[in-house]
Amino acid sequence: MGMTITEKILAAHAGKDQVEPGELIHAKLDIVLANDVTAPVSIKELEKINLEKVFDKEKVVLVQDHFVPAKDIKSAEQGKIVRDFARKHDITHHYDVGEMGIEHCLLPEKGLVVPGDTVIGADSHTCTYGALGAFATGVGSTDLAAGIALGEAWFKVPESIKFEYDGELPEDVTGKDLILHTIGDIGVDGALYQSMEFTGSAIDALSMDGRMTMANMAIEAGAKNGIIAPDKTTLAYVDERAQRPYKVYKSDEDAKYNRHIKYNVEDLEPVVAFPHLPENTRPVSEAGNVEIDQVVIGSCTNGRIEDLRLAAKVMQGKKVHKNVRCIIFPGTQAIYKQAIREGIIETFIDSGCAVSTPTCGPCLGGHMGILAKGERSLATTNRNFVGRMGHPESEVYLCAPHVAAASAVAGRIVHPREVE
Amino acid sequence: MEFTGKVWKFGKDIDTDAIIPARYLNTTSPEELAKHCMEDADPTFPQKVQKGDIIVADKNFGCGSSREHAPIAIKASGVPCVVAKSFARIFFRNSINIGLPIFECPEAVEGIREGDVISVDADQGVIFNQTTGQSYNVTPLPESMQKLIRDGGLMAYVKNRLEEQK
Ligand code: SF4
Repeated sequence: MGMTITEKILAAHAGKDQVEPGELIHAKLDIVLANDVTAPVSIKELEKINLEKVFDKEKVVLVQDHFVPAKDIKSAEQGKIVRDFARKHDITHHYDVGEMGIEHCLLPEKGLVVPGDTVIGADSHTCTYGALGAFATGVGSTDLAAGIALGEAWFKVPESIKFEYDGELPEDVTGKDLILHTIGDIGVDGALYQSMEFTGSAIDALSMDGRMTMANMAIEAGAKNGIIAPDKTTLAYVDERAQRPYKVYKSDEDAKYNRHIKYNVEDLEPVVAFPHLPENTRPVSEAGNVEIDQVVIGSCTNGRIEDLRLAAKVMQGKKVHKNVRCIIFPGTQAIYKQAIREGIIETFIDSGCAVSTPTCGPCLGGHMGILAKGERSLATTNRNFVGRMGHPESEVYLCAPHVAAASAVAGRIVHPREVE
Repeated sequence: MEFTGKVWKFGKDIDTDAIIPARYLNTTSPEELAKHCMEDADPTFPQKVQKGDIIVADKNFGCGSSREHAPIAIKASGVPCVVAKSFARIFFRNSINIGLPIFECPEAVEGIREGDVISVDADQGVIFNQTTGQSYNVTPLPESMQKLIRDGGLMAYVKNRLEEQK
């Protein structure tokens, strides 16, 4: 019987020829990832059992991105626990202030994750790497601790849902709009425990940055992973960066899917998710008059170079509305540098935006742009739960970078064409 | 494994921020976390929950972040198990890994009201509502997961494996 790409990758890592949905397996891990918030909990667990050696110092990746540069004493101490652990175990890939970036932008960029990998990360958006044709999923701190010690994790093989995006993407519709539209359609538990496999001509035409945005938000539909089979675009991206040999897997023609959902992308327009769930989506033209206090452009969802280009193109020669604070977070140092080279950063500063060093910042209500009671932010991030960006009575709306930039100029949520 | 207790009932899509708000994540102490368990879903929960009480919830319980503090807070509140129509995936893993048994049973959730007394027999795969006399079948957890829970969670397993490797 045919297998899906996810089943094939899991079977290979479990040393099996065939696996079936529902089956429990132990899989070998290629990369085990944690950040400055989740790693300390695992490190504590590992100290309790006196771990002498990590399973492979090349395969444990630690990224300080959530609360760094340290925002207060407590976060400084969390960062230090990770730093001390990285030194003690001589971890090759520990990214600290000055060279770090938001983890899910950084790992693909550095070529640390490659097609065919099995990856766990103590961060729910680890599913981003599915865009490379890898099986990648978020876990908690105990799973992570076990991964660091043994290089293995248990999985229940998920059923897969095939999403097919047909037609040619309208010029103003991005990967973010596709995934928001999908979550709006199937709901925040629409893909619970399952694998979301993205296919179709619109996906083929999408850049790697756009694909990563889509895989990133698979968790927002409850999925175990999001995945896109590698093609020419993937290999062009990976060949420049890969630090290891890789293996390309594709779904068989007769692979079994739990569902097959088709969208024609030609009638879509940019999408906005209203508070307080990513499934509360509306086309931007139906947003109504929503005034905003803050705009955040960046995060592991939309902090890549293409996202910044898209936002800068809209903002070029215009000013951010006087009632709006617009904050830009490039995903990594390399993206930041590229944006400087292309004059994008200058455009943002001339328009009156604040540009930050790469960090998670306000995305999780951490620092660098927390909302007061009653305030409203439009953001290119991925979650708009109650209190996600600050006060429990503040609001977060989600959208793509060009909508965010246009709305920053207009002072309310608008379609980019309104500020042209 | 068998648990009997009084039910506290919750709705759908209870996210990890409601189970343990981010503002309390600066500690990993189970006792401290228990003081704020379910606070943003029901502010009075930490005061009224008694050891042995069981949480019964609608679909997608524990959605959102990967924070393990959520099942830790529930376990430290003395709640021995959770029954829901469905669980968010990472919450499900984390619960098994820290040794908190959880059961998916939509029919039972429909038939159980707040304050009912229920028994959950994990080995037989039966939930019995003592208040109404109704019983429900629940697919037992796979043997390997039951073993993980009995052995005290995933870290106990890791410790054994490391010792074997020596
Ligand atoms: S940018 Fe936001 S969603 Fe992404 S890893 Fe950081 S906190 Fe999490």
